[in-house]
Amino acid sequence: MTSEPPGGPSPVAVRLTGITKRFPGVVANHDVNISVRAGSVHAVVGENGAGKSTLMKILYGMQRPDEGTITIDGEVVTLGTPAQAIAAGIGMVHQHFMLADNLSVLENVVLGSEPRKGLRLDFGAARARIDEISKAYGLGVRPDAMVEDLGVGERQRVEILKVLYRGARILILDEPTAVLVPQEVRDLFRAVHELPGRGFTVLFISHHLDEVLEIADEITVIRRGETVATVRPADVPAGQLAGLMVGSELPSPQTRESTVTDRVVLEATGLTVRDAEGRLLLDHVSLRIHSGEIVGIAGVEGNGQTQLVEAIMGMGPLAEGTLTLSGEDVTAWGTRRRRGAGVAFVPEDRNRHGLLLEAPVWENRVLGHQTQAPNRKGPWIDRAGARADTERIVREYDVRTPGIDVTAGSLSGGNQQKLIVGREMSGAPRLLLAAHPTRGVDVGAQAAIWDHIRDARAAGLAVLLVSSDLDELIGLSDSLQVMLRGRLVAEADPATVTPEQLGSAMTGATAAPGTASSPGAP
Amino acid sequence: MARVDVRRVLVTIAAPALALVLALAIASLALRASGHSPVDTARAMVTYARRGSTQVLILNTATYYYLAAVAVAIGFRMNLFNIGVDGQYRLAALLSAAVGGAVHLPRPLHLLLIVVVAVTVGGMWAAIAGLLKAYRGVSEVISTIMLNAISTAVIAYLLTPGRLAVSTQGSNNIGTRLIPVSGQVPGLDLIPGANRQVFGFIIVSALVGIGYAVLLNRTRFGFDLRATGRSQSAAVASGVNVKRMVVISMALSGACAGLVGLPQLLGASYSYALDFPTGIGFTGIAIALLGRNHPVGIALGALLWSFLDQSSQILDLEGVPKEIVTIMQGSTVLSVVVAYELVRRYSQVLEQKRVGLALGQTTGVTA
Repeated sequence: MTSEPPGGPSPVAVRLTGITKRFPGVVANHDVNISVRAGSVHAVVGENGAGKSTLMKILYGMQRPDEGTITIDGEVVTLGTPAQAIAAGIGMVHQHFMLADNLSVLENVVLGSEPRKGLRLDFGAARARIDEISKAYGLGVRPDAMVEDLGVGERQRVEILKVLYRGARILILDEPTAVLVPQEVRDLFRAVHELPGRGFTVLFISHHLDEVLEIADEITVIRRGETVATVRPADVPAGQLAGLMVGSELPSPQTRESTVTDRVVLEATGLTVRDAEGRLLLDHVSLRIHSGEIVGIAGVEGNGQTQLVEAIMGMGPLAEGTLTLSGEDVTAWGTRRRRGAGVAFVPEDRNRHGLLLEAPVWENRVLGHQTQAPNRKGPWIDRAGARADTERIVREYDVRTPGIDVTAGSLSGGNQQKLIVGREMSGAPRLLLAAHPTRGVDVGAQAAIWDHIRDARAAGLAVLLVSSDLDELIGLSDSLQVMLRGRLVAEADPATVTPEQLGSAMTGATAAPGTASSPGAP
Repeated sequence: MARVDVRRVLVTIAAPALALVLALAIASLALRASGHSPVDTARAMVTYARRGSTQVLILNTATYYYLAAVAVAIGFRMNLFNIGVDGQYRLAALLSAAVGGAVHLPRPLHLLLIVVVAVTVGGMWAAIAGLLKAYRGVSEVISTIMLNAISTAVIAYLLTPGRLAVSTQGSNNIGTRLIPVSGQVPGLDLIPGANRQVFGFIIVSALVGIGYAVLLNRTRFGFDLRATGRSQSAAVASGVNVKRMVVISMALSGACAGLVGLPQLLGASYSYALDFPTGIGFTGIAIALLGRNHPVGIALGALLWSFLDQSSQILDLEGVPKEIVTIMQGSTVLSVVVAYELVRRYSQVLEQKRVGLALGQTTGVTA
C-alpha cells in the first residue's frame, strides 16, 4: 500500500482524517480516514447504509462533520456549502441527475455560471469549450441537443461535463452505474479512465465489487460507518474484499428437521421486469418454492428484490415470464385474486404498502383480506367478525395496543410489524412473501415472529424470505439464493456458506469455490 | 372505550365550531367597518328565518346543496377532487328535462326514466375525467374544470330553438318542453302554515345520504374506496385495482351530481331554461369541506349554508349589503380547512401519547 505508481510520487489530493458524523440515534460515520492520491481513481465501497453517501455529502459541503478534518491539496479546508466545495475544486455527479429537461445541453451546462459579454450571454464561447471538453474526454456530448431527448447514459455524461466545465479537479461519482445498462457502463468507464492522466482525481462510490476492481487504483472499504481497510485491487483476492464488506461473523443455523416436501407451491419462470426506460430491474428470474420450504433471498438492497416480490404479488406489469401457484397458471391474475388464492404478503415498507396509518387497527386487519373470511359477508364488511379476529391477532402476536379502535399510525413500528405479520399469517396462506419481516421489532418479538413462521412452515407453508439480516436469512432459510442486479446469481446452503462466499456473490465479485453459480435462464 | 369516543366526538366538533366562531368574528368586523350593527343584522336574519316560507326555502335549497356536497365528498374520500359537479349536474338536468318533456308515461315510470337519464349523464360525463386520469394520468382537477367549460358550451348549443328548446310564452326566455305532471315530484307540506311546499325530492336527498354512509362504511367496495383514498400504495398491495377504482368512483360521484338539478327541475321549474340555477357544484365543494365528508356533517353544512343564503334576502330591506353573507361563507370555509388540519395533527399526537401512556407499564414507548 506504500508503493508509488510509476512516474514518481503523487501527492495526496484529498485527505479525510477522523471524520465522525452523528445523526439522532445513529452514527453514520465514525473515525473515517481516507487518503486519495492526486491523479488516481479511488473507490469507496460498502453495503447500502454503510455510510458512503454521508461521507461524500460531507466532502461536497452538504453536511458538516461533527469531528475530523478535510484536507485538499495539503490545505485544511472547511466546506460548509457545495459552493465552497466547488470553489475548492470538488465536483459531484449525483446519482439522480439534476438537469432541466426542457433546456439544451449547452444551457444546462452554463446554468448558474453563464458566460457574459457585457449584458448579453456569450453562448459562442461556452459552446466552444463544451465541444473542447467533450472531445478531450470522449464524452460525445452535443451542445445543442435537448436534454429531454437524451438517454440516461448521455445525461450522465452531461453531468460529468458540467462538473468539468466548472473547473473541478476532484470528481465524486455517486453510484454512477446504478442507472446504466452494461453498454453505457463501458462508455462511462472509458471516459473515467481518461481523467487521471490529465490530472483529475476521481472518487468512485459503488457497492459493486466487480466494477470497482476494474476501474479503481485504490479501494477503501466502509462497513457500519467505519473504514475497514484501504487496498489495491491487485493485492487482494475478490473474495477477501467481499468478506471485508459483509463482515466476518455468520450466525450458525439452528439444527432442525427439514419440512421441505416435493409439492411445488410457487414456480416462477423467467420473471422479467423493466422500468419505464426499458432498463432491466428483474432479469429472467426462475424460482421454485415447495410446500414447507423457506427460500431466502440474500443481496444488497436495490438489486431487484423489491421487484421480485411485487411481481409475485402481481403489483406491477411483468415484461416476461410466467408464475404458477400449485400448478395453476396465475400470471394473468390481479393482486386480489392471488391473495384470495392464499398468497400472503409482508411488505418491506409497512407504511407505504402494509398499513392505513389513519385507519383504526381493526380496519387494518381487513386490509388485503377484504375478500376473505372473517372480514366479509357477501358484499358487506363483517365488522363483528373482523373485530373479533383483530382481538385474536393482538393477543397471539402480542401487539401492544390499548385497543383495536386506535389508529395504526399511533402504534410503535414494532407493534405495527407484529400486526401485519399476524394479519398475513391468518387464514392459512399457501405462500408467504416476507420482505424484512422483523425489521424494526425488538429481539423478543423477532424470535416470536420467527417461531410463527417456522410453525407455519412445518404446517406446509411455502415462504419467500427477503432480508438483509443474515441472522434471519441463515436461521430460517432451507436454501439461499443470492440476488445481484435483478438476477439470481448464486445458490448457497445456509448450513455451510461462508461470509466470503455470500459477500462475493452479493457484490458481484467472482464466485468463490463452493457456491454453485446459477445464472438465471437466458 | 366510551370515554375515548366522547373525546373523539368533542375533538371532531371542535373544529367546525371554532371555524364558525372565527367566521362570525370576521363577518362582525366587516359589518362594523361598514357601519352596521352585527347584533341587529343577526337578529334580522334569524327573525326572517323564523318565517315558515323562509324555512321551506332553506330546506329546498339544502336539498340540492346536500346532493352536490355528497357528490364532491365521494370524490374526496378517494382523494379525487371533482370540481366538475357543476357541469355534470347542468348537463344531466338539461338532458333529463328534454327526455322528461318529450315522453308521456305513467308516473313512477316517467319519474324513474328522468332520474335514470340524469344519473347516467352525470356519471358518464364525470367518467371521462376518471378515464383520463386512470389511463392518461391527467389530473382530475384540470379535466373536470375543462369539462365544466365544455358542458357550458354543449348546453348553449343544445338549448336553442329547433334543438332541445322551445320559447316560453310571454317572455324571451327559452327552455326545454315542460315536463308533464306524470314526471313531476309533488311538494310536501312539512312546515305548517307556510305558503310554499318543500321539494318532495328531499326524501331522495336523505336516501342518498344514507346510501352514501352505508356504501362507504359497510361494504367491501366502500372499504376499497376509503383505503385507496388513504393510501394508494397500500390499496394496491391489498389487491385494489386502483385504475378501475378511479373510474368507478368518479362515475359514482358524477351520478350523484346528476341528481343535483332534479329537485328544482321536478319540483319547481319543470323545464330546463336559461335561468336554471348554476354554481351549485361549487357550493357543494365548500359544504363537503365544512361537513368533513361525513353524511350528517354535510347535512348540517348544507342547512347552514342555505340558511345564510335565504335569510340574507332580508338584509337589503334592512339596508345591510347581503354580500356580508358571502364574506361569512368564504371565511367559514377557509377557517374550517385550517381548523381541521390543526385538529387532525393535534388528535394524532394526542392518540400517540395516549397509546404510549396506556402501554407505559408494559413497554417503553418506541419512537
